[in-house]
Amino acid sequence: MAILVIAEHDNAALKPATLNAVTAAAKIGGDVHVLVAGQGAQAVADAASKIAGVAKVLLADDAAYAHPLPENVSPLVVGLAKGYGHVLAAASSEGKNLLPRVAALLDVAAISDITGVVSADTFERPIYAGNAIATVKSADPIKVVTVRTTAFEAAAATGGSATVESVAGTGAAGTAKFVGQELTKSERPELTQAKIVVSGGRGMQSGDNFKLLEALADKLGAAVGASRAAVDAGFVPNDYQVGQTGKIVAPELYIAVGISGAIQHLAGMKDSKVIVAINKDEEAPIFQVADYGLVADLFKAVPELTAELDKA
Amino acid sequence: MKVLVPVKRVVDYNVKIRVKADGSGVETANVKMSMNPFDEIAVEEAVRLKEAGKATEVIVVTVGPTAAQETLRTALAMGADRGILVQTDAETQPLAVAKVLKALVDKEGPTLVILGKQAIDDDCNQTGQMLAALLGWPQGTFASKVVAGDGAVTVTREIDGGLETVELTLPAVVTADLRLNEPRYASLPNIMKAKKKPIETLAPDALGVDVAPRLTTLKVAEPPKRKAGVKVADVAALVDKLKNEARVI
Ligand SMILES: Cc1cc2nc3c(=O)[nH]c(=O)nc-3n(C[C@H](O)[C@H](O)[C@H](O)COP(=O)(O)OP(=O)(O)OC[C@H]3O[C@@H](n4cnc5c(N)ncnc54)[C@H](O)[C@@H]3O)c2cc1C
Ligand SMILES: Nc1ncnc2c1ncn2[C@@H]1O[C@H](COP(=O)(O)O)[C@@H](O)[C@H]1O
Repeated sequence: MAILVIAEHDNAALKPATLNAVTAAAKIGGDVHVLVAGQGAQAVADAASKIAGVAKVLLADDAAYAHPLPENVSPLVVGLAKGYGHVLAAASSEGKNLLPRVAALLDVAAISDITGVVSADTFERPIYAGNAIATVKSADPIKVVTVRTTAFEAAAATGGSATVESVAGTGAAGTAKFVGQELTKSERPELTQAKIVVSGGRGMQSGDNFKLLEALADKLGAAVGASRAAVDAGFVPNDYQVGQTGKIVAPELYIAVGISGAIQHLAGMKDSKVIVAINKDEEAPIFQVADYGLVADLFKAVPELTAELDKA
Repeated sequence: MKVLVPVKRVVDYNVKIRVKADGSGVETANVKMSMNPFDEIAVEEAVRLKEAGKATEVIVVTVGPTAAQETLRTALAMGADRGILVQTDAETQPLAVAKVLKALVDKEGPTLVILGKQAIDDDCNQTGQMLAALLGWPQGTFASKVVAGDGAVTVTREIDGGLETVELTLPAVVTADLRLNEPRYASLPNIMKAKKKPIETLAPDALGVDVAPRLTTLKVAEPPKRKAGVKVADVAALVDKLKNEARVI
């Protein structure tokens, strides 16, 4: 049976997380269809039709989908889902908001944040902040699944030539209204997509001191992240948080600065290829996962590191 | 308006869990259990609504073993008015919990249900969304700010790119994120008072809900262990390693 992947987008461009979800769908096996629910989202549908391995794109263009309100989008997905064996989306804030609602309406379990596909009905997913991996099997006729993007490569954005088919919208539920958005603006790469991430913790002491990390990040072309303690203290915006309940990242290089390494933080970054820790406490748990540990005062080490990179 | 707050008893967030040798699950015997941290935030938000004169009653509910009564007592000590234990020894999966909660909503008639966004044991992040679906109510998930008005609630949500604000017609479901508030510690007098607050015990059957799990856990394994690496002497040595050994810069 075919697999329906819900595209994530802002009506203008397709978000890269969709590509990882497509790869997970390909692993399950079967025709991969992509649903674009949006308003004025033809460009997104066109982009989706070029993803390698996608057989068909469904475009539901309707004012009700101008913003991805789950109250409006879930009836659409439920209507379409009956023809599919699986419904997938990225385990992003958007996918996590929508898919459990869809699952409940279909009276099936939802399977969150999968990191592996064992077979069409059996998946691996982390539990307890990634300290255990559960293999779960679903007996439901439709599997509703969110996909951890760091666990699946992105599908090629080009090479495909799927047909784009229009589907009718199901209208607005009228119970939820989008009021506004306050998006964090940054010239740096997006946290979950960056090849290098520089993160700061409580040890940074202030938001102003994050400038030290930003200078380093800019030298490396990196994104900037943070621990929960740094976010709670108001040093940086909420969406910088890496961890069990923040963003999951797995870059080539993760540099943790002034972060102790609580399990909730490790849950969000321990699959990074190379981990560097800079901490003045040689007993800090972060050193247990770091490939390279530097026991030092960050206020001395970080500017030195930036300067050293300048030299080369 | 009445506010319903579902709370889950989970392994305390400070415990370093151990996977059972036979791969059947995670060791929970003789391990410290606590209220799911996000649910403390949900209880706090409900109690504040009551203190602000917006809520008339805060009802806390848990689906789980008899021992989960402790979790209800904690919530009562924080200021909730009464508790409901839906007693079951079965594993509680989000769809089943959502169905139990739906039955209780039908019975109790709350205007707002505030849940945690995620239980830190199963890390599912599903129950609130599922409950909203079953009730046909709007949902304000991952809330960092909740403003209850007349007939509507405005919720600021933590999303991947920043913050989003939605206005939901009441009745509605809200799930609490970390920055919604800082939960209070229960004072000793309030802990004493909580002992006298009522807790009702029900069976899932009495609510007409089948709580049998839909997903079977075939195996629970430890994740691949990361080896601790080396300590480097100084910044120059670090840069050298990153360039010449790891080749990541
Ligand atoms: C339900 C729940 C969910 C959570 N989710 C997350 C999550 O998603 N992400 C997350 O990160 N946390 C999360 N946490 C919080 C987590 O438990 C820790 O409290 C948090 O990660 C600690 O942040 P930190 O390492 O920055 O601060 P601390 O633990 O205070 O560590 C600060 C470190 O900085 C070092 N330091 C201080 N000054 C200097 C200096 N001058 N030079 C060098 N080093 C210095 C110190 O030695 C220390 O190791 C969660 C907690 C709960 C209960
Ligand atoms: N067994 C349970 N009893 C009461 N509330 C629960 C239970 N399981 C989950 N919840 C609620 O649903 C939220 C999300 O849980 P989950 O979907 O399992 O991540 C929790 O924070 C609780 O508020």
